[in-house]
Amino acid sequence: MADRTVTRAQLSEAVYQEVGLSRNESSDLVESVLDEVVDALVRGEVVKISSFGSFSVRQKGERIGRNPKTGDEVPILPRKVLVFRPSHVLKNRINDALSGETKAS
Amino acid sequence: MTKSELILRLSEANPHLYQRDVERIVSTIFDEVSWAMARGDRVELRGFGAFSVKKREARIGRNPRTGTAVSVKEKFVPFFKTGKQLRERLNDND
Repeated sequence: MADRTVTRAQLSEAVYQEVGLSRNESSDLVESVLDEVVDALVRGEVVKISSFGSFSVRQKGERIGRNPKTGDEVPILPRKVLVFRPSHVLKNRINDALSGETKAS
Repeated sequence: MTKSELILRLSEANPHLYQRDVERIVSTIFDEVSWAMARGDRVELRGFGAFSVKKREARIGRNPRTGTAVSVKEKFVPFFKTGKQLRERLNDND
């Protein structure tokens, strides 16, 4: 698994192949899509992409952590974390594609 | 924000594009990420985050109500790790 890594370049290429725009504009649009998602999350909104999943921001309270090396107690400050919940469509798509495959390997 | 609201925002910011093209652009992006994960690939979007697939081994589970043992098959779960820049942006506004 994880043989290859897909980056912005491949997403831009896919947009370029799919819609009749220039390569430059395709990559600008990939960036705009990601920027819109980030901006909504920073505003505190939940971002729901049907058949893909949803991103939401969760507020974590302060807690006492420990430096695993020294055992010292260190406070972990309250912070916001992003949570991704994959949709059933995405989970099924991944399992349908991968579950047969690993039997062989 | 839903997918259709995202499409609307992008259409407003790009008035030279047909809305149906904006729809195709947004769908293509999320489809590419989905299919990449379905191949077992990792999707790394610097500043945003990385999608990957984790394997959960087959195990013997238990029905919590009855306590009977049930075999749970191996499965694959999509996983997202927030990028450093996005993590910082979520926390620097307060």
